[in-house]
Amino acid sequence: MSDPLVKVRDLKIGATVYPPGEKPHDIEIVHGVSFDLEKGKVLGLIGESGAGKSTIGLASMAYGRGGVKITGGEVWINGRDILKTSFKDVRALRGGEVTYVSQSAAASFNPAKKIMEQVTEAAIEQGKFSKKDAEARARALFAKLGLPDPDNIGERYPHQVSGGQLQRCMTALALCPEPDLVVFDEPTTALDVTTQIDVLKAIKEAIHDTGVAALYITHDLAVVAQVSDDIMVLRHGDMVEYGDVDQIINAPREDYTKALVSVRSIEHEEKPPSGEPVLSVRNITARYKGTKFDVLHNVNADLYPGQTLAVVGESGSGKSTLARVITGLLPPREGEIEFAGRVLSPDLASRTRDDLRELQMIYQMADVAMNPRQTVGTIIGRPLEFYFGMKGAEKRKRIIELLDEIELGEGFIDRYPAELSGGQKQRVCIARALAAKPKMIICDEVTSALDPLVADGILKLLLNLQKIENVAYLFITHDLATVRAISDNIAVMYQGRVQRYGSKSEVLSPPFDDYTDLLLGSVPEMRLGWLEEVIANRKMESAGN
Amino acid sequence: MRIPLAAAIGMFFTALYFLAAIFAPLLAPYGYDEVVSSGFWDPPSAEFLLGTDGIGRDLLSRMIYGGRTTIFVATAATILSFTTGSVLGFLAAVAGGWVDQLLSRFVDLLMSIPSLIFALVVLSVMPVTLPVLIVVMGLLDSTRVFRLSRAVAVDIEVMDYVEAARLRGEKTAWIIFREILPNALSPLVAEMGLRFIFMVLFVSTLSFLGLGIQPPQADWGGIVKENAEGIVYGAPAALMPAFAIATLAISVNLVADWILNRTTSLKGGRG
Repeated sequence: MSDPLVKVRDLKIGATVYPPGEKPHDIEIVHGVSFDLEKGKVLGLIGESGAGKSTIGLASMAYGRGGVKITGGEVWINGRDILKTSFKDVRALRGGEVTYVSQSAAASFNPAKKIMEQVTEAAIEQGKFSKKDAEARARALFAKLGLPDPDNIGERYPHQVSGGQLQRCMTALALCPEPDLVVFDEPTTALDVTTQIDVLKAIKEAIHDTGVAALYITHDLAVVAQVSDDIMVLRHGDMVEYGDVDQIINAPREDYTKALVSVRSIEHEEKPPSGEPVLSVRNITARYKGTKFDVLHNVNADLYPGQTLAVVGESGSGKSTLARVITGLLPPREGEIEFAGRVLSPDLASRTRDDLRELQMIYQMADVAMNPRQTVGTIIGRPLEFYFGMKGAEKRKRIIELLDEIELGEGFIDRYPAELSGGQKQRVCIARALAAKPKMIICDEVTSALDPLVADGILKLLLNLQKIENVAYLFITHDLATVRAISDNIAVMYQGRVQRYGSKSEVLSPPFDDYTDLLLGSVPEMRLGWLEEVIANRKMESAGN
Repeated sequence: MRIPLAAAIGMFFTALYFLAAIFAPLLAPYGYDEVVSSGFWDPPSAEFLLGTDGIGRDLLSRMIYGGRTTIFVATAATILSFTTGSVLGFLAAVAGGWVDQLLSRFVDLLMSIPSLIFALVVLSVMPVTLPVLIVVMGLLDSTRVFRLSRAVAVDIEVMDYVEAARLRGEKTAWIIFREILPNALSPLVAEMGLRFIFMVLFVSTLSFLGLGIQPPQADWGGIVKENAEGIVYGAPAALMPAFAIATLAISVNLVADWILNRTTSLKGGRG
């Protein structure tokens, strides 16, 4: 039997870490991982952030990011160990035999060069094709990947195509030099769900048609189930489970894999509206300063005390703009916001301190929502001081109470944000919002940047706090699984309008309008063959295409 | 924390100059305007370690007192330029709108005139005293600090934590001093070292042109001016202050480089 195309044996990778207040030292981040990959097969690498999946992907090109070095093991590609060959040979390998598709195509393309030039560059540089042949091949790949106007799209600059299209251009770039192996590093993570489907389909077909082998790296098990043949589950640099797709999805053996498969299974009973709404958004139309078109058109919605209104939609649908209007950062052109029985001033500067206190906000990126030079105690303590005039022991006591509520405890009071994990950071932000004793909290994509299991923890905490504090959430998200888990009412937004609005059960039951149907159908489901089914049943093109 | 050799050398010499400046009356063997020799441009000897100047004053004493004046004026002007420049720069970034426009265009206007010419014009109509000198230098230089602080603050201003502070209802002063300043400090501190050196050069140039520190008070630029003629007779007195300025500039730069590296690089920095 001939050797497989890629054979990785006992791969060990180390990195230098610089913990605050300690001496820099070396640690091992991948502890001896082994796998085989045959020609034409796809191996999915899955795990949370820090699991080592991207590091392993890059190691298959004999590359380590800054501070990362491959400390042991073997990576055999086409019958030679690429960790031991000369630098010249590695150069021929990268961009020739092995190519790479990164998460953010927008950040990977040179904005000053046309797409065609960049797609064909490696193929020409490696001497595999002449310029003419490479361009013909690129055009064929554009057509295969379902890009519009494949003959001319290469003449555009990266900013002239949409995010989903650019991601497909990058796939064309990777496939152009006829590689043996393509490393896909979270290629659809930054895309909207409806766009993700088109890209996934394009990638899957292109892999199939060109017969390359692929490493597909993602944190989303449902996505990887659609494209791979085998799956390797990684955690903290160790292999947890390795098997074919069917076995991993339908009969996981390890507890960790089982947890990943059953993620987002929070049950939340929807509550009927009761009493007067805490927030009423009335006929809001808004546009950004200096622009000539409205980003919100006549938006109406109500939020009741102690309940959650999920505002769901894709990027550009106006959901974050709605949050800016409610907080007063963007005064609306028309309409008004009624909050706790009073009409709020449209402008932030003229709102009363109580208006500000009772309406808090939690952000998507917890790292930039906290001042890196302030301790957790200062961050949570400031609202107490600012709104309630608390000082000294009284303030400290309340901070510790809040830390207990978010399940962190007193030990965190003197830490800086840099010393917290992603989930802990988001918890501190929740505590800062709660410190103001708000009637309502706007949660702007608060779980989107977190790993699935950590996000689950945050959602459970939020639901729990809602019961204790009777606070209402306006929950902005693009993720329908999150919506199901947390909401009582839902507003589906599309191009600045509320497309569908009502209680969770109403909005999520048929008959659907075309857009809601598309959106609901696009959420990856954890079963095999789902992608093909969706593509076959679609009524509407996705917005990003 | 390991201090690299270059930074250690820089720190050593910077400290040396500053200590000499502070303890000048104790260190200097003679007074700064004391004529101690009947000759002029005496060569170095056991009595006068660096020789004497054009009218028979001890050069070492004049150098030490000159360093004291130069470093004092430069330090005071740097502090003034930093407080004015950074507070106004932060204000422009945070307030935005017409405040930003007004301040930025005014700074553009000032920067379009070469500082030296501007200073010469102002100093030729004003009485040349130390406070006037410090204020003129500090304010002229604050335009550079304004530009830097505004640029740094604009980057920080768009962070969610600043928005969170605004939504909380915080006043502009809190946003500037508690949210932005701590995060802008490391580039500003590094810049401070460079501005300080520019100040040393600036005051020396002014003195050399006769509009800076007035004789008989000693300062490095003045010493160059007084002893410039000596070069013709082979007396190196005029080169001493030049050497002092150069070593101080290099030392301060080594320290500033290290601070900038330590605080902004990915490796170990928190910036």
